[in-house]
Amino acid sequence: MNTTPLLQAVGLRKTYPSGGSRLVAVENLSFSLHAGGALGLVGESGSGKTTTARMLVGLERPDQGEILVQGAPLAARTRGRAERLARAKAVQIVFQDPYLSLDGRISIGATLDGVLRLHGCADRAVRAARVRELLAQVGLGEREAAALPRGLSGGQRQRAAIARALAVEPAVLVLDEAVSALDVSVQAQVLNLLSDIRRDTGIGLVFVSHDLAVVRYVCDEALVMYRGRTVEQQGVADLLAAPQHPYTQLLLASVPHAGWDPGEIGRRRRELVAVTPVGE
Amino acid sequence: MPLLSYEDLSVLLPGMARPVLDGVSLSVAAGEAVALVGESGSGKSVTARAALGLLPPGATTAGQVTVDGCALIGADPATVRAVRTGKASMIFQDPRAAINPVRRIGDFLTEALRLVDGRGRAEAEARALDLLAAVGLPDPPRHLRQYPHQLSGGMLQRVMIAGALTADPRLLLCDEPTTALDVTTQAEIMAVLRALQQDRGLGLLLITHDLDLAAAGCDRIYVMYAGRIVETATAAELLATPRHPYTAGLLGSSPPLHGAPERLTPIPGVPMGLLESAPGCAFAARCRFARPGLCDQSPPELAPVGERLVACHLADSILSEVDR
Repeated sequence: MNTTPLLQAVGLRKTYPSGGSRLVAVENLSFSLHAGGALGLVGESGSGKTTTARMLVGLERPDQGEILVQGAPLAARTRGRAERLARAKAVQIVFQDPYLSLDGRISIGATLDGVLRLHGCADRAVRAARVRELLAQVGLGEREAAALPRGLSGGQRQRAAIARALAVEPAVLVLDEAVSALDVSVQAQVLNLLSDIRRDTGIGLVFVSHDLAVVRYVCDEALVMYRGRTVEQQGVADLLAAPQHPYTQLLLASVPHAGWDPGEIGRRRRELVAVTPVGE
Repeated sequence: MPLLSYEDLSVLLPGMARPVLDGVSLSVAAGEAVALVGESGSGKSVTARAALGLLPPGATTAGQVTVDGCALIGADPATVRAVRTGKASMIFQDPRAAINPVRRIGDFLTEALRLVDGRGRAEAEARALDLLAAVGLPDPPRHLRQYPHQLSGGMLQRVMIAGALTADPRLLLCDEPTTALDVTTQAEIMAVLRALQQDRGLGLLLITHDLDLAAAGCDRIYVMYAGRIVETATAAELLATPRHPYTAGLLGSSPPLHGAPERLTPIPGVPMGLLESAPGCAFAARCRFARPGLCDQSPPELAPVGERLVACHLADSILSEVDR
C-alpha cells in the first residue's frame, strides 16, 4: 500500500509587511493529509487559515517551508503552460463566494468545457459527455448548464464552483469557507454533496471553516489555528470531546447552546489574549 | 400593550409574484428578547426595517406597525422621526458599511446627540464616553479619536451598538448583528445585547438565520418562510419539538456539535423567490408531508397547536412524525 501522504505541509511560514516590521500570518505550520482524508482548518479571522489555503493552491508563496503533493514538492513558481496545468491538477480551490470566482459572462457548461479543453481533452463530444457527468455529480442539470452564474441560486453557484474544481480531477480540493455564505437548508445539501464526493472519488479535502459543527460533519481531523500558530491538532471526535488548548475550549464554549452564558466568553478571551505572545 | 407590535402587516412590491410580507403579526414587550428566524429572501429584514418606517421604494402596504404607541404605516414624517430618534434603533450586520469610514468614532457617536438633543460638544462627548464604556470597549477616550479602520469588526460592532444607544431607545432592532463575526466575538456581542435588554429593560428583536443562536439568546422565536410567520413558540419549546415541517427541516439541516454523527437531512429545493408564488402553502413544494389537494390549494393560517402557533394544514396530524 502506498503510504506517501497525498498532501504534506512542512514548516510553512508566511509574513506580510506591516509598517516597518513583518506581521506573521502563519508560523511553522505542518500537517499531512492521506488519500481520501479530510482535514479541517479552524480558527478566527486573522488566525492564518485563509493564508494557509492560499499557499496550498499557490496564490501565496510561503517565506519558509514546503508543500508536497504525493511526495513531490509543489513548485514555488510555475514556468510555462505544462507546469501551470500540473499545479492545477495537484490542488484546486473553492472560495466562499462563487459569484466572484465564476466568470459572470460565461455559462456554467461553457466554463466546465473550457477547463476540460485547457487540460487536453480535444474531442468535443467527449467533453460534452464529461460536462454532463460533472454537473450530475453535483446535482445540476441541463438548465443550469446553459445558465450564467447570475441565473443560479447561491447553492447552485457553489455546486457549479465545485464541479469546476473537480473537472481537473485534482488530488486535493481546498474549500475556503465554501459553505459559510449559504442558507442553512442549502448548506446541508452541499455538505452531503461533499461527503459523497469524498467517498466516491478518494479526493483529499482541506476544509477551512470557523464553524466547528460543520468541520465535525465533513472532516476526520482538525487543526486549530490561533494567531498564525497551530494550537491543537487531532481527530475531530477527540477535539470536541476533550479539547486540550484553552483557545479550543473557548471556541467550543462560544458556540450557542442551551444554558449558554455569553458573558463568560469575553472574560475567558481576555485572559487568553493576556497570556498569548503576539507575533514578532 | 407591547412595545413593538406588527398587526397583519403585508408589503407588496410592483413586479413581484408574491407579497414580500404576507400578514405578519409579531410582538415584542419591553425587556423581552425575541428572535425572527428565516433564510435569505424570507422577509425578515424587511420586517425589521418596517419598525423604523423604512419600506422598500414603491411598496404598497396593509396592516400596521406600532412602536411604543406610535403607528408607523401612513404616519407623518414627524412621527417617523420621533420613533427613529427616541424610541427605536437598528444595528446592522456590517458595521463597516454602516459607519462613515472617513469620520472619527467620536463624530459618529456625537452627531445625533448634538443635532437631535441639542447638547453641547463637551456634554455630547461625555455621553459618548459613557456609551462606549457601556458596550465594553477598553479605552473610550482613545476610541473617540479613532477612525473605523483602526478597530476590529467586533469592536466596531460595539461602536454601532453604542451609536444605537445614543437616542436612548426602548427598542433595539438587530439585523444579523453577529453574522460577520467570529463565534467568540459573536458571544461577546450577544452578551452586550443581553445585558442591555436585562439591565435597561430594552425590547430586543433579533433577526437571524441561526436557529441555535436565536434559541440561546432569546425568549421567544418566530420562524418566517416566504414572507409569512410559519411557527412561533418559546425558544425552548421550538428547539425541543418543532411542529412546522420547515422548522424541523432547519433543525435537521444544521450539523450537531455533539451526539452520534448522522447524515444530514436537508430540505430539498431552494427557498421560494419573490418571482415565484404558490396558491397554497409556500413550503408545500419542499415539504415531505405535503398532501396534494390540500397543501397546494390554500395557504394555511397561523393557528394554535397546544401552547404555540403553527401555520400548517397538517399541524395536528403530523404532530408525532415531525421530530429531530
